[in-house]
Amino acid sequence: MINESKTTIDYTEEYPLFTSEMRKDYTILVPDMLPWHFEIFLHIMRREGYKTELLHNSGRAVIDEGLKHVHNDTCFPALCVIGQYLDALKSGKYDVDRTAVLITQTGGGCRASNYLPLIRRALKAEFPNVPVLSLNFAGLEKGNSLQLGLKLLAKFGYAMFYGDLLMYCFNQTKPYEKTAGETDSVREHCIGFIKQMFDEGKQKKLTYCAKTILNAFTGVSVSKEEKVKVGIVGEIYVKYSPLGNSHLEEFLLSEQCEPVVPALADFIFYCLTNSLNDVKRYGINSKSRLLFSFGYRWLYKKQKKLIALMKKQGRFEPFHDFEHLKQCADRVIDQGVKMGEGWLIPAEMVALAESGTQNIVCAQPFGCLPNHIAGKGAARNVKELCPEANIVAVDYDPSATRVNQENRIKLMLSTAREKLKGKK
Amino acid sequence: MAKLLGIDVGSTTVKVCVIDEAGKILYTSYERHFSRVKECVAAELEKVRPFGMQYKVCITGSAGLGLAQRGNIPFVQEVQSAYGAIKALYPEADAAIELGGEDAKIIFITGGTEQRMNGSCAGGTGAFIDQMATLLDLTVSEMDDLALKAEKIYPIASRCGVFAKSDIQPLLNQGASKSDISASIFQAVVDQTVSGLAQGRRIKGKVLFLGGPLYFLKSLRKAFQTTLGLDGEHAIFPKDAPCFMAIGAAMYAANSKEESLGEITARLAFVSDHSDITVGQPLFADRREYDEFVSRHKRSDLEFEDIHTYRGEAYLGIDSGSTTTKLMLITPESKILYSHYQTNNGQPLDIVAAKIREIYGLTQNRIAIRGACVTGYGEDMMKAALKIDFGIVETMAHFKAALHFNSEVDFIIDIGGQDIKCFKVKNHAIDSIMLNEACSSGCGSFIQTFAKAMGMEIEEFSRLGLFAKHPVELGSRCTVFMNSSVKQAQKEGASVEDISAGLSSSIVKNAIYKVIRARTPEELGDHIVVQGGTFLNDAVLRSFEKETGKEVVRPAIAGLMGAFGAALYAMENTSENVLISSLITAAELDRFTYSSQSVNCRGCTSKCNVNILTFSDGRKFISGNKCERGAGMKVPENRPDIYAYKYERLLNLPSKKKGVRGKVGLPLQLVMFEQLPLWTAFFETCGFEVVLSEKSSRELYFKGQHTVASDTACYPAKLMHGHIESLLDQQVDFIFYPCESYNIKQEGSVNYYNCPVVAYYPELLKANNERLGSDNFIMPYLNPNHEKKTVQALARALKRYRIPVSLIRRGYREGMKRLAEYHADVVNEGKKISEQAKREHLNVIVLAGRPYHADPEINHGINKLLCSLGCAVLSEDAVFEEGNYVKVDVLDQWTYHARLYRAAEYVSRHKDTDLVQLVSFGCGIDAITTDEVRTILERNGKLYTQIKIDEINNLGVVKIRLRSMLAAIEEQSRK
Repeated sequence: MINESKTTIDYTEEYPLFTSEMRKDYTILVPDMLPWHFEIFLHIMRREGYKTELLHNSGRAVIDEGLKHVHNDTCFPALCVIGQYLDALKSGKYDVDRTAVLITQTGGGCRASNYLPLIRRALKAEFPNVPVLSLNFAGLEKGNSLQLGLKLLAKFGYAMFYGDLLMYCFNQTKPYEKTAGETDSVREHCIGFIKQMFDEGKQKKLTYCAKTILNAFTGVSVSKEEKVKVGIVGEIYVKYSPLGNSHLEEFLLSEQCEPVVPALADFIFYCLTNSLNDVKRYGINSKSRLLFSFGYRWLYKKQKKLIALMKKQGRFEPFHDFEHLKQCADRVIDQGVKMGEGWLIPAEMVALAESGTQNIVCAQPFGCLPNHIAGKGAARNVKELCPEANIVAVDYDPSATRVNQENRIKLMLSTAREKLKGKK
Repeated sequence: MAKLLGIDVGSTTVKVCVIDEAGKILYTSYERHFSRVKECVAAELEKVRPFGMQYKVCITGSAGLGLAQRGNIPFVQEVQSAYGAIKALYPEADAAIELGGEDAKIIFITGGTEQRMNGSCAGGTGAFIDQMATLLDLTVSEMDDLALKAEKIYPIASRCGVFAKSDIQPLLNQGASKSDISASIFQAVVDQTVSGLAQGRRIKGKVLFLGGPLYFLKSLRKAFQTTLGLDGEHAIFPKDAPCFMAIGAAMYAANSKEESLGEITARLAFVSDHSDITVGQPLFADRREYDEFVSRHKRSDLEFEDIHTYRGEAYLGIDSGSTTTKLMLITPESKILYSHYQTNNGQPLDIVAAKIREIYGLTQNRIAIRGACVTGYGEDMMKAALKIDFGIVETMAHFKAALHFNSEVDFIIDIGGQDIKCFKVKNHAIDSIMLNEACSSGCGSFIQTFAKAMGMEIEEFSRLGLFAKHPVELGSRCTVFMNSSVKQAQKEGASVEDISAGLSSSIVKNAIYKVIRARTPEELGDHIVVQGGTFLNDAVLRSFEKETGKEVVRPAIAGLMGAFGAALYAMENTSENVLISSLITAAELDRFTYSSQSVNCRGCTSKCNVNILTFSDGRKFISGNKCERGAGMKVPENRPDIYAYKYERLLNLPSKKKGVRGKVGLPLQLVMFEQLPLWTAFFETCGFEVVLSEKSSRELYFKGQHTVASDTACYPAKLMHGHIESLLDQQVDFIFYPCESYNIKQEGSVNYYNCPVVAYYPELLKANNERLGSDNFIMPYLNPNHEKKTVQALARALKRYRIPVSLIRRGYREGMKRLAEYHADVVNEGKKISEQAKREHLNVIVLAGRPYHADPEINHGINKLLCSLGCAVLSEDAVFEEGNYVKVDVLDQWTYHARLYRAAEYVSRHKDTDLVQLVSFGCGIDAITTDEVRTILERNGKLYTQIKIDEINNLGVVKIRLRSMLAAIEEQSRK
């Protein structure tokens, strides 16, 4: 139904774009979705000449800014991110004529890819000169997105794995440490080490780097006591971001649990798999197939190597093997459910339950559309497959009270403790 | 050995239990704590003294969590404690349902233990019942008694209190009996528990009913028993149901260490008040600031004239609102002779009749009422009953009144009991109207309910807020959330003053950021008039001025502006030769009586609930009807309504011919609403008989309610569950419902996705309906644009029927052809309607939503309503192809939504054509599209109107909204 005579009417507003000159002296603000991974990512960007800064501001003021500037029915992560930007820009710490903000876009069918225009619009009212820079692999925002060469991409790939490794080791050590705070200082030390590896161009030495991290955490003296393991799955932002999930990991630690947070790499594998599936199933995007499949294989080789190292070292529960994760998915949902975090959510639930983490918090923003299907909707299938799975879905929302959320998690925990007791 | 002590601190009550060494329950108690948690627990603990001084203790309950933590006392989660008690006391139970103050829980014991709690946005709890009782002006136990006498049940949304209110208020106004309404409320609670909590799992076997509300309310028990089909043997109502959790906690206390009662009490007494609440700035720095504020607002008072001595003409204005009734009598100089403001406790018609009688008594033939005008929800009924000369839509009445106070006015905000209305004014005409959605009515009545709950009058309660030192931040999302924020703040020790001020600020923030969606205060304009009863509350007024940083005009008659505007309208529109209003005379009033009767209209399959008022002189007034039929009139033929056309066209698609290969069921909802031509043709070509699911209805929704997994999904999705049940009952061989990430490609947008719910709902259906399996539910993943892949996928999915690939391909091609024909027909019909509109000088309204909004159960007959208001109705899919391509700020990547932008573009270039956007509640994607559609329309000088629809069926509000829009359009075109 192409109609040649039609014109396109432009209803867009003028927004500042991020030009290459800005790279020199603009500070780029980044929201803290994964505090530790992002610290390494930002280090890489700084080395590329981008002045980046990770935001750590939180509290009611952030949420209020979000509520003021975004349609309140928009998902909670958008509110958090936008609130964090505005709160930071208002703090007076930044020269608002020399500051930009960064956001990722997946190009998927849920609302997340629309965060960028929403941020733009929110900034427009008060900070009309602040450009919004996009980080995406879907060809969106041409001329306004981060230039990613293969070399840089590879660096991010390594950084992601090191971040995941740090997260895994930390979460498996912290609950059991004998000297309070020791694990934290080991993590600090390891982050410094990784940054140094990047500085020296040695990030590619996967075995050496991974072993150093694994050994560093093994050095922490730990108790043998058994604790309740709680997996966290769900929408990517509230799954990882302390601002999004009311500091869920800390809460679980304070409840004497071991938080089990699946790797960021799984989400990247998930996105790549979806693109490949699109080609196979629907005949879409066949042009980029080679690139995606190369990326997938490259990363998967690294992941396998890391898993082998972790297994060999023996102290830590290794990452989920992504090929296995895909099989987990196939048992409970179709890989066609690819919007948002889609099939990855139930897949991770199954993988967690199989590997001894039967207690699971499914963190989701209130009213998150894909989560209706892949979170709450699929939980029943997971339970049928793994009758031992003890899943609680928790809604995160600016107005949901913390007591309400914690009470639901506590219900899940009491069942978990009962089971642990029964096992003993 | 020590005795066991269990304490259950819930959101509204404290329960205590003592168990002796042998496991015998010695003592139980149940007290409301009125948010004074610590004091109440201390008092209750005093009472267990006679049972000994040494105890093992354990706390449970939502409000007990913090107390236990800070008092260092063992804690057990309440569901867990109930579970323990059930296992010990009722080992034969299969499931338990517990309703508490703010929580609802289900425990499945046999067949896989599972414990569930309500989500964060679910009504159907004790607090919900309390709220409804307040609305009905009854105590909860009165409501319980009345419900037993009920004769019929009305459908009431129970998901949230605000929704339920909008279902109940019209019923009250129509004169439905309180006993019927009470029973309906209890039924709503049951439905909510069965659907929202059980989520696909059937509640069967021996069921235990626990918690205060279920213990105290026999009607609620009865409703549960009937709905779940449980006989006396299978429904167990323990006598200690209210304090069951406390008993469970006491049992868990066996693991605690022994302590003296004194020690326990002392530790609880020293629990510090938590300071985990955010506080804002005080409203006034000092007394002087307050005095200045008061004297500034004094300037906007009207003058009075003494009704006892005045001689001459007068005009009467009546505002019959949903919760209040207002009357005003003015002189031609706009001086007030008489005014009245009253909450509707009962039938508003009685109030107005009584007040007119009073006015006649006071005027004593000295005063001639030359004209009368009525506005508000009750407009039509009052006009008919009391023979009032004029009726105007309330937005116009408010606008008229605001103009009187400031002729330069460019922004009006009215916060009433139930709704918020905002207008932007340009060139002395309304330029845009913003009204709150059903869901965000964090309005005046909320403060009132709260004041009542605190045992205070609203005036006193709000005065307390004026000088609060630390107003609490309570969030601005919705009433239900605010309710629990308030409770939490109280538990944390916030004072009544701080809460009152916090509520005022929440209401203002809700209005500014949620309803108006203002990005900066400048957007609001320079001459702001604020009105509505809620603004009489100085704390709200001050909060508004502080939040916007502007000084505004608040007339002293802020609560009567509707009535005043109506009176002004009567004055302007009474022609010179009319000397006396047609208003019911004093003599007629003396004889005036009426009776009300509620019946189901049999005009069509919608079976609307209609209410018939019969007046003493034999005249009748019918309300609640959606179309002319309900009012006993004939529906004009040839109504320019594309929604009706589309629905009929789809229903008639299947040829109903027997198929050689069997029977396929297609659920007529979501994606099928558009792709039905494709799949009907495909299956008929391949030799199947196509069977459609029943027409949507509330009953159908209830039928599938028990398989709904996520109760915050949109209504169309939730209705799908009923459609599936319907097809299963029709014994089809299989149900076909494809998963489509991508919809049919459309030129001009970045991508062509379906929304996640439309795309993957089959997954959810299959996972949550035990009657569905891979042999009777076929749900291939397809991209209908790609013939080869689609044919392959269909061949795989239908393998067992051994259909030749060539036939599948032929079926697919035939389907795509029919789909194109359907589109062409819709466009054609659209053109015909446009022409008819031109001929008959009708306003054209493009009712823009999604294809599935054509379902009458989803659009609630808004299309018919528009027709009856003299409009021709088009749809987004009928016009978007005539619109240009549109480049918008957001990522234009969803097929259905891209049509909205182009439909808006079409509207902006056509005269006498406007757009009304239908938005399903819970549609996250529309949070993004609505702003874009609004931008397109407003840049072209068109009004933007949005209507949110859900399972609630409250056309009264919609009608006001549409009439306001039409009135504004008319006025604009006059200027």
